[in-house]
Amino acid sequence: MAKLSQIELNMLRQIADLHKVPEGAYNIRRNGESAGRNSSENIEIVSKTDKPGIDIIIKPGTKNESVHIPVIISKTGYSETVYNDFIVGEDCDVLIIAGCGIHNSGCDTSKHDGVHTFHVGKNSRVKYVEKHYGDGEGTGEKIMNPQTIVYLDEGAFIEMDTTQIRGVDSTHRYTRIELAAGSETLLLEKLMTHDRQKADSDMEIILNGEDSRARVVSRSVAQGESEQVFHPSVVGKARCFGHVQCDTIIMDSAKVRSIPAIESDCVDAQLVHEAAIGRIAGDQLLKLMTLGMSEQEAEERIISGFLK
Amino acid sequence: MLKIKGLSYTVSDENGTKKILNGIDLEIDTGRFVVITGPNGGGKTTLAKAIMGIVTPDSGSIEFDGTDVTSLSVTERARLGISYAFQHPPRFKGLQVTELLSIAAGKKLSTNECCAYLTKVGLCTEDYLDRDIDSSLSGGELKRIEIASILARNSSLMIFDEPEAGIDLWSFSRLTQTFESIHRKTGSTIVIISHQERIIRLADEVILVAGGAVTHRGNADTVLPHIGDPISYCSVKEA
Ligand SMILES: Nc1ncnc2c1ncn2[C@@H]1O[C@H](COP(=O)(O)OP(=O)(O)O)[C@@H](O)[C@H]1O
Ligand SMILES: [Mg+2]
Repeated sequence: MAKLSQIELNMLRQIADLHKVPEGAYNIRRNGESAGRNSSENIEIVSKTDKPGIDIIIKPGTKNESVHIPVIISKTGYSETVYNDFIVGEDCDVLIIAGCGIHNSGCDTSKHDGVHTFHVGKNSRVKYVEKHYGDGEGTGEKIMNPQTIVYLDEGAFIEMDTTQIRGVDSTHRYTRIELAAGSETLLLEKLMTHDRQKADSDMEIILNGEDSRARVVSRSVAQGESEQVFHPSVVGKARCFGHVQCDTIIMDSAKVRSIPAIESDCVDAQLVHEAAIGRIAGDQLLKLMTLGMSEQEAEERIISGFLK
Repeated sequence: MLKIKGLSYTVSDENGTKKILNGIDLEIDTGRFVVITGPNGGGKTTLAKAIMGIVTPDSGSIEFDGTDVTSLSVTERARLGISYAFQHPPRFKGLQVTELLSIAAGKKLSTNECCAYLTKVGLCTEDYLDRDIDSSLSGGELKRIEIASILARNSSLMIFDEPEAGIDLWSFSRLTQTFESIHRKTGSTIVIISHQERIIRLADEVILVAGGAVTHRGNADTVLPHIGDPISYCSVKEA
Protein backbone atom coordinates (compact mmCIF):
# COMPACT_ATOMS: atom_id res chain seq x y z
CA MET A 1 0.00 0.00 0.00
CA ALA A 2 1.26 3.49 -0.83
CA LYS A 3 2.24 5.70 2.06
CA LEU A 4 -0.65 7.89 3.21
CA SER A 5 -0.39 11.23 5.01
CA GLN A 6 -1.95 11.83 8.44
CA ILE A 7 -4.77 13.77 6.78
CA GLU A 8 -5.46 10.89 4.42
CA LEU A 9 -5.38 8.35 7.23
CA ASN A 10 -7.83 10.49 9.18
CA MET A 11 -10.18 10.54 6.21
CA LEU A 12 -10.00 6.75 5.98
CA ARG A 13 -10.99 6.53 9.62
CA GLN A 14 -13.91 8.91 9.08
CA ILE A 15 -15.35 7.27 6.00
CA ALA A 16 -14.52 3.62 6.40
CA ASP A 17 -13.62 3.24 10.06
CA LEU A 18 -10.29 1.95 8.80
CA HIS A 19 -7.35 2.11 11.16
CA LYS A 20 -5.11 -0.20 9.18
CA VAL A 21 -5.07 -2.15 5.96
CA PRO A 22 -8.44 -3.89 5.76
CA GLU A 23 -8.86 -7.61 5.74
CA GLY A 24 -10.05 -9.24 2.56
CA ALA A 25 -10.54 -7.47 -0.72
CA TYR A 26 -9.99 -3.74 -0.96
CA ASN A 27 -9.18 -0.90 -3.28
CA ILE A 28 -8.09 2.49 -1.97
CA ARG A 29 -8.38 5.24 -4.53
CA ARG A 30 -6.42 8.41 -3.84
CA ASN A 31 -6.44 11.47 -6.11
CA GLY A 32 -7.44 9.29 -9.04
CA GLU A 33 -4.84 6.57 -8.50
CA SER A 34 -4.86 3.28 -6.70
CA ALA A 35 -3.10 3.57 -3.36
CA GLY A 36 -3.53 -0.11 -2.62
CA ARG A 37 -5.52 -3.04 -3.88
CA ASN A 38 -6.12 -6.61 -2.90
CA SER A 39 -8.35 -9.22 -4.48
CA SER A 40 -9.30 -12.25 -2.46
CA GLU A 41 -10.03 -15.77 -3.58
CA ASN A 42 -13.72 -14.99 -4.02
CA ILE A 43 -13.69 -11.27 -4.68
CA GLU A 44 -11.84 -9.98 -7.67
CA ILE A 45 -11.16 -6.30 -8.28
CA VAL A 46 -10.09 -5.27 -11.80
CA SER A 47 -9.53 -1.86 -13.33
CA LYS A 48 -11.80 -0.78 -16.13
CA THR A 49 -10.03 -0.28 -19.43
CA ASP A 50 -12.43 2.12 -21.12
CA LYS A 51 -13.01 4.60 -18.30
CA PRO A 52 -11.90 5.29 -14.72
CA GLY A 53 -13.15 2.81 -12.18
CA ILE A 54 -13.18 -0.82 -11.20
CA ASP A 55 -15.22 -3.97 -11.54
CA ILE A 56 -15.79 -5.89 -8.36
CA ILE A 57 -16.69 -9.45 -9.15
CA ILE A 58 -17.97 -11.58 -6.32
CA LYS A 59 -18.13 -15.32 -6.94
CA PRO A 60 -21.41 -17.15 -6.37
CA GLY A 61 -21.72 -18.57 -2.86
CA THR A 62 -19.30 -16.07 -1.25
CA LYS A 63 -20.37 -15.70 2.36
CA ASN A 64 -19.31 -13.47 5.25
CA GLU A 65 -16.73 -11.57 3.26
CA SER A 66 -16.22 -7.85 2.91
CA VAL A 67 -14.86 -5.40 0.34
CA HIS A 68 -13.55 -1.94 1.21
CA ILE A 69 -13.42 0.60 -1.60
CA PRO A 70 -12.75 4.02 -0.06
CA VAL A 71 -11.99 7.07 -2.15
CA ILE A 72 -9.98 10.01 -0.88
CA ILE A 73 -9.16 13.29 -2.50
CA SER A 74 -6.57 15.44 -0.80
CA LYS A 75 -5.44 17.47 -3.81
CA THR A 76 -7.26 20.77 -4.17
CA GLY A 77 -8.99 21.31 -7.49
CA TYR A 78 -9.11 17.63 -8.34
CA SER A 79 -12.31 16.44 -10.08
CA GLU A 80 -13.22 12.97 -11.21
CA THR A 81 -16.03 10.73 -12.35
CA VAL A 82 -15.51 7.11 -11.41
CA TYR A 83 -17.48 4.07 -12.53
CA ASN A 84 -17.65 1.08 -10.23
CA ASP A 85 -19.59 -2.04 -11.14
CA PHE A 86 -20.42 -4.72 -8.62
CA ILE A 87 -21.27 -8.11 -9.98
CA VAL A 88 -22.53 -10.19 -7.07
CA GLY A 89 -23.13 -13.86 -7.90
CA GLU A 90 -25.97 -16.00 -6.56
CA ASP A 91 -26.27 -17.01 -2.90
CA CYS A 92 -23.73 -14.55 -1.55
CA ASP A 93 -23.72 -12.69 1.76
CA VAL A 94 -21.28 -9.80 1.63
CA LEU A 95 -20.52 -6.43 3.13
CA ILE A 96 -19.37 -3.60 0.88
CA ILE A 97 -17.88 -0.55 2.52
CA ALA A 98 -17.54 2.43 0.25
CA GLY A 99 -17.09 6.07 1.19
CA CYS A 100 -15.50 9.25 0.01
CA GLY A 101 -13.51 11.84 1.86
CA ILE A 102 -12.39 15.13 0.39
CA HIS A 103 -9.83 17.27 2.16
CA ASN A 104 -9.61 20.62 0.43
CA SER A 105 -7.02 23.05 1.72
CA GLY A 106 -7.00 25.21 -1.40
CA CYS A 107 -9.42 27.47 -3.19
CA ASP A 108 -10.36 25.29 -6.16
CA THR A 109 -13.31 22.92 -6.27
CA SER A 110 -12.67 19.25 -5.60
CA LYS A 111 -15.30 16.85 -6.84
CA HIS A 112 -16.01 13.15 -6.81
CA ASP A 113 -18.86 11.77 -8.91
CA GLY A 114 -19.20 8.08 -8.20
CA VAL A 115 -21.35 6.02 -10.50
CA HIS A 116 -22.07 2.66 -8.93
CA THR A 117 -23.98 -0.15 -10.52
CA PHE A 118 -24.90 -3.29 -8.63
CA HIS A 119 -26.10 -6.55 -10.09
CA VAL A 120 -27.14 -8.70 -7.17
CA GLY A 121 -27.68 -12.36 -8.04
CA LYS A 122 -30.50 -14.61 -6.89
CA ASN A 123 -30.94 -14.97 -3.14
CA SER A 124 -27.84 -12.95 -2.36
CA ARG A 125 -27.64 -10.54 0.54
CA VAL A 126 -25.59 -7.37 0.32
CA LYS A 127 -25.02 -4.73 2.92
CA TYR A 128 -23.63 -1.55 1.42
CA VAL A 129 -22.28 1.13 3.74
CA GLU A 130 -21.25 4.51 2.37
CA LYS A 131 -20.00 7.58 4.22
CA HIS A 132 -19.27 10.95 2.72
CA TYR A 133 -17.13 13.46 4.53
CA GLY A 134 -15.35 16.69 3.75
CA ASP A 135 -12.89 18.86 5.64
CA GLY A 136 -9.95 21.18 5.08
CA GLU A 137 -9.37 24.83 5.80
CA GLY A 138 -9.49 25.96 2.15
CA THR A 139 -12.31 27.88 0.50
CA GLY A 140 -12.54 25.41 -2.40
CA GLU A 141 -15.83 23.57 -2.59
CA LYS A 142 -16.13 19.89 -1.83
CA ILE A 143 -18.69 18.26 -4.09
CA MET A 144 -19.94 14.67 -4.30
CA ASN A 145 -22.57 13.43 -6.69
CA PRO A 146 -23.12 9.73 -6.17
CA GLN A 147 -25.28 7.83 -8.58
CA THR A 148 -26.24 4.33 -7.55
CA ILE A 149 -28.16 1.88 -9.69
CA VAL A 150 -29.11 -1.48 -8.25
CA TYR A 151 -30.64 -4.50 -9.97
CA LEU A 152 -31.92 -7.09 -7.53
CA ASP A 153 -32.53 -10.58 -8.91
CA GLU A 154 -35.19 -12.85 -7.48
CA GLY A 155 -34.98 -13.22 -3.73
CA ALA A 156 -32.02 -10.86 -3.44
CA PHE A 157 -31.67 -8.34 -0.63
CA ILE A 158 -29.69 -5.15 -0.30
CA GLU A 159 -29.41 -2.85 2.68
CA MET A 160 -27.91 0.50 1.79
CA ASP A 161 -26.75 2.57 4.68
CA THR A 162 -25.59 5.97 3.42
CA THR A 163 -24.38 8.83 5.56
CA GLN A 164 -23.15 12.29 4.70
CA ILE A 165 -21.37 13.26 7.86
CA ARG A 166 -20.14 16.84 7.50
CA GLY A 167 -18.34 19.20 5.22
CA VAL A 168 -19.84 18.38 1.82
CA ASP A 169 -20.72 21.68 0.16
CA SER A 170 -22.90 20.31 -2.53
CA THR A 171 -24.33 16.90 -3.26
CA HIS A 172 -26.81 15.55 -5.72
CA ARG A 173 -27.61 11.95 -4.99
CA TYR A 174 -29.45 9.70 -7.37
CA THR A 175 -30.42 6.20 -6.35
CA ARG A 176 -32.39 3.77 -8.44
CA ILE A 177 -33.28 0.26 -7.36
CA GLU A 178 -35.12 -2.27 -9.51
CA LEU A 179 -36.57 -5.23 -7.68
CA ALA A 180 -37.42 -8.65 -9.13
CA ALA A 181 -39.84 -11.08 -7.51
CA GLY A 182 -39.29 -11.74 -3.81
CA SER A 183 -36.41 -9.30 -3.54
CA GLU A 184 -36.14 -6.68 -0.86
CA THR A 185 -34.35 -3.46 -0.09
CA LEU A 186 -33.84 -1.35 2.99
CA LEU A 187 -32.47 2.14 2.39
CA LEU A 188 -31.25 4.16 5.32
CA GLU A 189 -30.17 7.63 4.37
CA LYS A 190 -28.66 10.06 6.88
CA LEU A 191 -27.71 13.52 5.88
CA MET A 192 -26.47 16.60 7.65
CA THR A 193 -25.95 19.99 6.02
CA HIS A 194 -24.69 23.20 7.54
CA ASP A 195 -23.59 26.71 6.53
CA ARG A 196 -24.55 27.27 2.88
CA GLN A 197 -24.45 23.64 1.80
CA LYS A 198 -26.90 22.13 -0.62
CA ALA A 199 -28.12 18.57 -0.81
CA ASP A 200 -30.51 16.93 -3.23
CA SER A 201 -31.51 13.33 -3.00
CA ASP A 202 -33.57 11.61 -5.66
CA MET A 203 -34.58 8.00 -5.31
CA GLU A 204 -36.54 5.74 -7.57
CA ILE A 205 -37.49 2.38 -6.22
CA ILE A 206 -39.21 0.22 -8.80
CA LEU A 207 -41.02 -2.77 -7.39
CA ASN A 208 -41.30 -4.88 -10.54
CA GLY A 209 -41.64 -8.37 -9.10
CA GLU A 210 -44.33 -10.11 -7.08
CA ASP A 211 -43.78 -9.81 -3.34
CA SER A 212 -40.92 -7.40 -3.64
CA ARG A 213 -40.48 -5.08 -0.68
CA ALA A 214 -38.84 -1.72 -0.11
CA ARG A 215 -38.39 0.41 2.94
CA VAL A 216 -36.81 3.85 2.79
CA VAL A 217 -35.91 5.70 5.96
CA SER A 218 -34.40 9.12 5.41
CA ARG A 219 -33.29 11.22 8.35
CA SER A 220 -31.67 14.58 7.97
CA VAL A 221 -30.60 17.65 9.87
CA ALA A 222 -30.45 21.02 8.10
CA GLN A 223 -28.52 23.74 9.90
CA GLY A 224 -27.37 27.25 9.07
CA GLU A 225 -28.50 28.48 5.69
CA SER A 226 -28.30 25.07 4.08
CA GLU A 227 -30.89 23.65 1.71
CA GLN A 228 -32.12 20.11 1.25
CA VAL A 229 -34.50 18.60 -1.26
CA PHE A 230 -35.75 15.01 -1.05
CA HIS A 231 -37.55 13.24 -3.83
CA PRO A 232 -37.97 9.58 -2.90
CA SER A 233 -40.36 7.76 -5.14
CA VAL A 234 -41.61 4.20 -4.89
CA VAL A 235 -43.36 2.61 -7.84
CA GLY A 236 -45.37 -0.59 -7.42
CA LYS A 237 -45.84 -2.64 -10.57
CA ALA A 238 -46.90 -5.91 -8.94
CA ARG A 239 -48.16 -7.20 -5.62
CA CYS A 240 -45.59 -5.57 -3.39
CA PHE A 241 -44.95 -3.50 -0.28
CA GLY A 242 -43.27 -0.10 -0.13
CA HIS A 243 -42.79 2.34 2.71
CA VAL A 244 -41.05 5.71 2.61
CA GLN A 245 -40.36 7.76 5.67
CA CYS A 246 -38.59 11.13 5.58
CA ASP A 247 -37.88 12.89 8.80
CA THR A 248 -35.99 16.18 9.06
CA ILE A 249 -34.84 18.39 11.89
CA ILE A 250 -34.71 21.94 10.59
CA MET A 251 -32.66 24.62 12.37
CA ASP A 252 -31.55 28.23 12.03
CA SER A 253 -32.58 29.53 8.60
CA ALA A 254 -32.29 26.30 6.64
CA LYS A 255 -34.73 25.33 3.91
CA VAL A 256 -36.04 21.82 3.35
CA ARG A 257 -38.35 20.34 0.73
CA SER A 258 -39.49 16.81 1.28
CA ILE A 259 -41.54 15.36 -1.55
CA PRO A 260 -42.08 11.63 -1.19
CA ALA A 261 -44.08 10.02 -3.95
CA ILE A 262 -45.77 6.67 -4.37
CA GLU A 263 -47.07 5.35 -7.65
CA SER A 264 -49.02 2.18 -8.20
CA ASP A 265 -49.81 0.20 -11.33
CA CYS A 266 -51.27 -2.72 -9.43
CA VAL A 267 -54.27 -3.12 -7.11
CA ASP A 268 -52.22 -5.35 -4.83
CA ALA A 269 -49.40 -2.89 -4.32
CA GLN A 270 -49.38 -1.61 -0.76
CA LEU A 271 -47.50 1.69 -0.63
CA VAL A 272 -47.22 4.21 2.18
CA HIS A 273 -45.30 7.41 2.63
CA GLU A 274 -44.74 9.72 5.58
CA ALA A 275 -42.77 12.93 5.79
CA ALA A 276 -42.10 15.26 8.68
CA ILE A 277 -40.06 18.43 9.06
CA GLY A 278 -39.75 20.22 12.35
CA ARG A 279 -37.48 21.86 14.84
CA ILE A 280 -36.06 19.99 17.83
CA ALA A 281 -38.93 19.71 20.27
CA GLY A 282 -38.56 22.13 23.16
CA ASP A 283 -39.45 19.51 25.74
CA GLN A 284 -36.67 17.22 24.48
CA LEU A 285 -34.14 19.99 25.08
CA LEU A 286 -35.66 20.77 28.47
CA LYS A 287 -35.64 17.15 29.55
CA LEU A 288 -31.91 16.82 28.87
CA MET A 289 -31.26 20.19 30.52
CA THR A 290 -33.05 19.02 33.67
CA LEU A 291 -30.46 16.23 33.68
CA GLY A 292 -27.67 18.79 33.81
CA MET A 293 -26.82 19.34 30.14
CA SER A 294 -26.42 22.81 28.71
CA GLU A 295 -28.79 23.75 25.92
CA GLN A 296 -26.04 23.26 23.36
CA GLU A 297 -25.01 19.87 24.72
CA ALA A 298 -28.65 18.80 24.67
CA GLU A 299 -29.03 19.91 21.06
CA GLU A 300 -25.91 18.05 19.97
CA ARG A 301 -27.02 14.92 21.78
CA ILE A 302 -30.45 14.98 20.16
CA ILE A 303 -28.97 15.48 16.69
CA SER A 304 -26.34 12.78 17.04
CA GLY A 305 -28.97 10.31 18.26
CA PHE A 306 -31.34 11.24 15.45
CA LEU A 307 -28.64 10.56 12.85
CA LYS A 308 -27.19 7.54 14.64
CA MET B 1 -34.36 23.45 52.23
CA LEU B 2 -36.63 24.82 49.53
CA LYS B 3 -38.08 28.28 50.20
CA ILE B 4 -40.66 29.75 47.87
CA LYS B 5 -41.90 33.28 48.43
CA GLY B 6 -44.74 35.12 46.68
CA LEU B 7 -44.50 33.07 43.50
CA SER B 8 -46.88 34.29 40.79
CA TYR B 9 -47.25 33.32 37.17
CA THR B 10 -49.64 34.75 34.63
CA VAL B 11 -50.29 33.73 31.05
CA SER B 12 -52.09 35.68 28.40
CA ASP B 13 -53.95 34.26 25.46
CA GLU B 14 -56.89 35.30 23.29
CA ASN B 15 -59.20 35.07 26.32
CA GLY B 16 -57.20 37.59 28.29
CA THR B 17 -54.79 37.06 31.14
CA LYS B 18 -55.00 34.24 33.60
CA LYS B 19 -53.26 33.93 36.90
CA ILE B 20 -51.96 30.39 37.20
CA LEU B 21 -49.86 30.79 40.34
CA ASN B 22 -51.16 33.33 42.76
CA GLY B 23 -48.55 34.29 45.31
CA ILE B 24 -47.41 30.88 46.53
CA ASP B 25 -45.44 30.78 49.78
CA LEU B 26 -44.01 27.41 50.66
CA GLU B 27 -41.12 26.00 52.67
CA ILE B 28 -40.04 22.39 52.48
CA ASP B 29 -37.35 21.14 54.84
CA THR B 30 -34.51 19.01 53.56
CA GLY B 31 -35.20 15.29 53.70
CA ARG B 32 -38.96 15.64 53.83
CA PHE B 33 -41.39 13.53 51.86
CA VAL B 34 -44.12 15.84 50.66
CA VAL B 35 -47.11 15.15 48.46
CA ILE B 36 -48.75 17.97 46.54
CA THR B 37 -52.32 17.22 45.56
CA GLY B 38 -55.31 19.15 44.32
CA PRO B 39 -57.75 19.50 41.44
CA ASN B 40 -56.71 19.34 37.81
CA GLY B 41 -55.69 22.74 36.57
CA GLY B 42 -54.88 23.92 40.09
CA GLY B 43 -51.30 24.84 39.20
CA LYS B 44 -49.28 21.88 40.56
CA THR B 45 -47.32 21.22 37.38
CA THR B 46 -46.69 24.91 36.87
CA LEU B 47 -45.35 25.17 40.40
CA ALA B 48 -43.02 22.22 39.83
CA LYS B 49 -41.82 23.67 36.53
CA ALA B 50 -41.18 27.01 38.21
CA ILE B 51 -39.00 25.26 40.80
CA MET B 52 -37.07 23.47 38.02
CA GLY B 53 -36.74 26.72 36.03
CA ILE B 54 -38.79 25.55 33.06
CA VAL B 55 -41.40 28.21 33.78
CA THR B 56 -40.26 31.74 34.61
CA PRO B 57 -42.53 33.35 37.19
CA ASP B 58 -43.58 37.03 37.00
CA SER B 59 -42.67 37.63 40.60
CA GLY B 60 -41.53 35.89 43.73
CA SER B 61 -38.38 34.04 44.65
CA ILE B 62 -37.10 30.50 45.01
CA GLU B 63 -34.25 29.59 47.32
CA PHE B 64 -32.71 26.13 47.34
CA ASP B 65 -30.23 25.01 50.00
CA GLY B 66 -29.32 28.61 50.75
CA THR B 67 -28.87 29.68 47.10
CA ASP B 68 -31.28 32.07 45.43
CA VAL B 69 -32.05 30.16 42.22
CA THR B 70 -34.78 32.49 40.94
CA SER B 71 -32.71 33.73 38.02
CA LEU B 72 -30.75 30.53 37.36
CA SER B 73 -31.25 28.42 34.23
CA VAL B 74 -32.67 24.89 34.17
CA THR B 75 -29.17 23.49 33.67
CA GLU B 76 -27.76 25.41 36.63
CA ARG B 77 -30.58 24.30 38.90
CA ALA B 78 -30.13 20.70 37.73
CA ARG B 79 -26.45 20.91 38.63
CA LEU B 80 -27.33 22.29 42.06
CA GLY B 81 -29.45 19.23 42.79
CA ILE B 82 -32.99 19.90 41.60
CA SER B 83 -34.64 17.28 39.44
CA TYR B 84 -38.09 16.89 37.94
CA ALA B 85 -39.85 13.88 36.43
CA PHE B 86 -42.17 15.26 33.76
CA GLN B 87 -45.90 14.66 33.89
CA HIS B 88 -45.74 14.18 30.11
CA PRO B 89 -42.20 13.03 29.30
CA PRO B 90 -40.94 13.69 25.78
CA ARG B 91 -40.05 10.92 23.36
CA PHE B 92 -36.77 10.90 21.44
CA LYS B 93 -35.78 9.36 18.12
CA GLY B 94 -32.41 7.76 18.63
CA LEU B 95 -31.96 7.87 22.39
CA GLN B 96 -31.85 4.53 24.14
CA VAL B 97 -33.01 3.82 27.67
CA THR B 98 -29.47 3.08 28.88
CA GLU B 99 -28.26 6.32 27.29
CA LEU B 100 -30.91 8.40 29.02
CA LEU B 101 -30.15 6.78 32.36
CA SER B 102 -26.42 7.38 31.83
CA ILE B 103 -27.01 11.05 30.99
CA ALA B 104 -29.09 11.32 34.15
CA ALA B 105 -26.44 9.66 36.29
CA GLY B 106 -23.71 11.80 34.75
CA LYS B 107 -21.63 8.73 33.96
CA LYS B 108 -21.78 5.64 31.81
CA LEU B 109 -23.90 3.10 33.68
CA SER B 110 -23.33 -0.62 33.45
CA THR B 111 -26.08 -2.98 32.37
CA ASN B 112 -26.50 -4.05 35.98
CA GLU B 113 -26.87 -0.51 37.23
CA CYS B 114 -29.46 0.29 34.55
CA CYS B 115 -31.35 -2.89 35.34
CA ALA B 116 -31.44 -1.96 39.00
CA TYR B 117 -33.10 1.39 38.26
CA LEU B 118 -35.60 -0.17 35.89
CA THR B 119 -36.50 -2.86 38.40
CA LYS B 120 -37.30 -0.14 40.92
CA VAL B 121 -40.01 1.17 38.62
CA GLY B 122 -41.39 -2.29 37.86
CA LEU B 123 -39.98 -2.66 34.36
CA CYS B 124 -38.84 -6.11 33.37
CA THR B 125 -35.39 -4.94 32.53
CA GLU B 126 -33.32 -6.70 29.84
CA ASP B 127 -35.92 -6.02 27.15
CA TYR B 128 -35.80 -2.30 27.66
CA LEU B 129 -32.11 -1.48 27.87
CA ASP B 130 -31.45 -0.79 24.21
CA ARG B 131 -34.94 0.31 23.25
CA ASP B 132 -35.25 3.80 21.82
CA ILE B 133 -37.36 6.17 23.89
CA ASP B 134 -39.64 6.78 20.93
CA SER B 135 -43.23 6.16 19.95
CA SER B 136 -42.73 2.40 20.22
CA LEU B 137 -43.02 2.69 24.02
CA SER B 138 -46.44 2.75 25.66
CA GLY B 139 -47.41 5.71 27.84
CA GLY B 140 -46.91 3.69 31.02
CA GLU B 141 -43.47 2.44 29.91
CA LEU B 142 -42.38 5.95 29.02
CA LYS B 143 -43.58 7.24 32.37
CA ARG B 144 -41.65 4.60 34.29
CA ILE B 145 -38.45 5.24 32.31
CA GLU B 146 -38.91 8.91 33.19
CA ILE B 147 -39.09 8.03 36.88
CA ALA B 148 -36.06 5.76 36.53
CA SER B 149 -34.11 8.68 35.05
CA ILE B 150 -34.77 10.70 38.20
CA LEU B 151 -33.74 7.78 40.39
CA ALA B 152 -30.49 7.54 38.40
CA ARG B 153 -29.95 11.27 38.78
CA ASN B 154 -30.16 10.90 42.57
CA SER B 155 -30.51 14.62 43.27
CA SER B 156 -31.03 16.19 46.65
CA LEU B 157 -34.48 17.37 45.55
CA MET B 158 -36.61 15.03 43.44
CA ILE B 159 -39.96 16.18 42.13
CA PHE B 160 -42.22 13.57 40.52
CA ASP B 161 -45.26 14.79 38.60
CA GLU B 162 -48.13 12.28 38.79
CA PRO B 163 -45.83 9.24 38.68
CA GLU B 164 -48.80 6.88 38.98
CA ALA B 165 -50.37 7.93 35.66
CA GLY B 166 -50.77 5.07 33.20
CA ILE B 167 -49.19 2.52 35.52
CA ASP B 168 -50.68 -0.84 36.36
CA LEU B 169 -51.41 -1.87 39.93
CA TRP B 170 -48.46 -4.18 40.28
CA SER B 171 -45.95 -1.59 39.13
CA PHE B 172 -47.71 0.99 41.24
CA SER B 173 -47.07 -0.94 44.39
CA ARG B 174 -43.44 -1.47 43.35
CA LEU B 175 -43.21 2.27 42.84
CA THR B 176 -44.59 3.18 46.24
CA GLN B 177 -42.02 0.85 47.83
CA THR B 178 -39.33 2.62 45.84
CA PHE B 179 -40.43 6.06 47.05
CA GLU B 180 -40.52 4.82 50.63
CA SER B 181 -37.08 3.33 50.37
CA ILE B 182 -35.45 6.43 48.84
CA HIS B 183 -37.02 8.38 51.66
CA ARG B 184 -35.64 6.00 54.24
CA LYS B 185 -32.20 5.50 52.74
CA THR B 186 -31.24 8.88 51.31
CA GLY B 187 -31.37 12.36 52.70
CA SER B 188 -33.11 13.57 49.56
CA THR B 189 -36.17 15.75 49.66
CA ILE B 190 -39.01 14.08 47.77
CA VAL B 191 -41.94 16.00 46.36
CA ILE B 192 -44.59 13.96 44.61
CA ILE B 193 -47.54 15.46 42.79
CA SER B 194 -50.25 12.84 43.09
CA HIS B 195 -53.94 12.07 43.34
CA GLN B 196 -53.40 8.60 44.79
CA GLU B 197 -54.40 8.12 48.40
CA ARG B 198 -51.74 5.39 48.76
CA ILE B 199 -49.03 7.88 47.89
CA ILE B 200 -50.65 10.68 49.88
CA ARG B 201 -50.60 8.44 52.96
CA LEU B 202 -46.84 7.89 52.62
CA ALA B 203 -46.11 11.60 52.98
CA ASP B 204 -44.75 13.42 56.00
CA GLU B 205 -46.86 16.28 54.84
CA VAL B 206 -49.60 16.89 52.29
CA ILE B 207 -50.01 20.20 50.50
CA LEU B 208 -53.24 21.05 48.74
CA VAL B 209 -52.79 23.36 45.77
CA ALA B 210 -55.89 24.79 44.14
CA GLY B 211 -56.61 27.92 42.17
CA GLY B 212 -52.90 28.68 41.99
CA ALA B 213 -52.52 28.83 45.76
CA VAL B 214 -51.70 26.60 48.71
CA THR B 215 -55.04 26.13 50.42
CA HIS B 216 -54.22 23.50 53.04
CA ARG B 217 -51.18 21.76 54.49
CA GLY B 218 -50.90 19.07 57.09
CA ASN B 219 -51.03 15.32 57.44
CA ALA B 220 -53.13 13.15 55.17
CA ASP B 221 -56.04 12.99 57.60
CA THR B 222 -56.37 16.73 57.91
CA VAL B 223 -55.91 17.53 54.21
CA LEU B 224 -57.74 14.67 52.48
CA PRO B 225 -61.21 15.83 53.58
CA HIS B 226 -60.66 19.11 51.74
CA ILE B 227 -59.88 17.56 48.38
CA GLY B 228 -63.55 17.62 47.51
CA ASP B 229 -64.15 21.15 48.73
CA PRO B 230 -66.41 23.26 46.54
CA ILE B 231 -64.78 24.50 43.44
CA SER B 232 -65.39 28.12 44.44
CA TYR B 233 -62.06 28.56 46.18
CA CYS B 234 -60.17 26.72 43.53
CA SER B 235 -61.50 28.73 40.64
CA VAL B 236 -58.64 30.54 38.99
CA LYS B 237 -58.47 34.10 40.17
CA GLU B 238 -58.44 36.76 37.52
CA ALA B 239 -55.25 38.75 37.24
N1 LIG C 1 -48.57 28.02 29.00
C1 LIG C 1 -49.85 28.05 29.39
N2 LIG C 1 -50.76 28.77 28.71
C2 LIG C 1 -52.04 28.82 29.08
N3 LIG C 1 -52.53 28.16 30.14
C3 LIG C 1 -51.68 27.42 30.86
C4 LIG C 1 -50.29 27.30 30.52
N4 LIG C 1 -49.69 26.49 31.41
C5 LIG C 1 -50.67 26.10 32.25
N5 LIG C 1 -51.85 26.66 31.93
C6 LIG C 1 -53.11 26.51 32.67
O1 LIG C 1 -52.82 26.73 34.01
C7 LIG C 1 -53.62 25.92 34.83
C8 LIG C 1 -52.74 25.11 35.74
O2 LIG C 1 -52.09 24.11 35.00
P1 LIG C 1 -51.18 23.00 35.67
O3 LIG C 1 -50.10 23.66 36.42
O4 LIG C 1 -50.77 22.07 34.58
O5 LIG C 1 -52.20 22.31 36.64
P2 LIG C 1 -52.18 20.91 37.39
O6 LIG C 1 -50.82 20.31 37.20
O7 LIG C 1 -52.47 21.23 38.80
O8 LIG C 1 -53.25 20.08 36.76
C9 LIG C 1 -54.48 25.10 33.89
O9 LIG C 1 -55.72 25.73 33.78
C10 LIG C 1 -53.71 25.14 32.61
O10 LIG C 1 -54.58 24.99 31.52
MG1 LIG D 1 -50.20 18.58 36.26
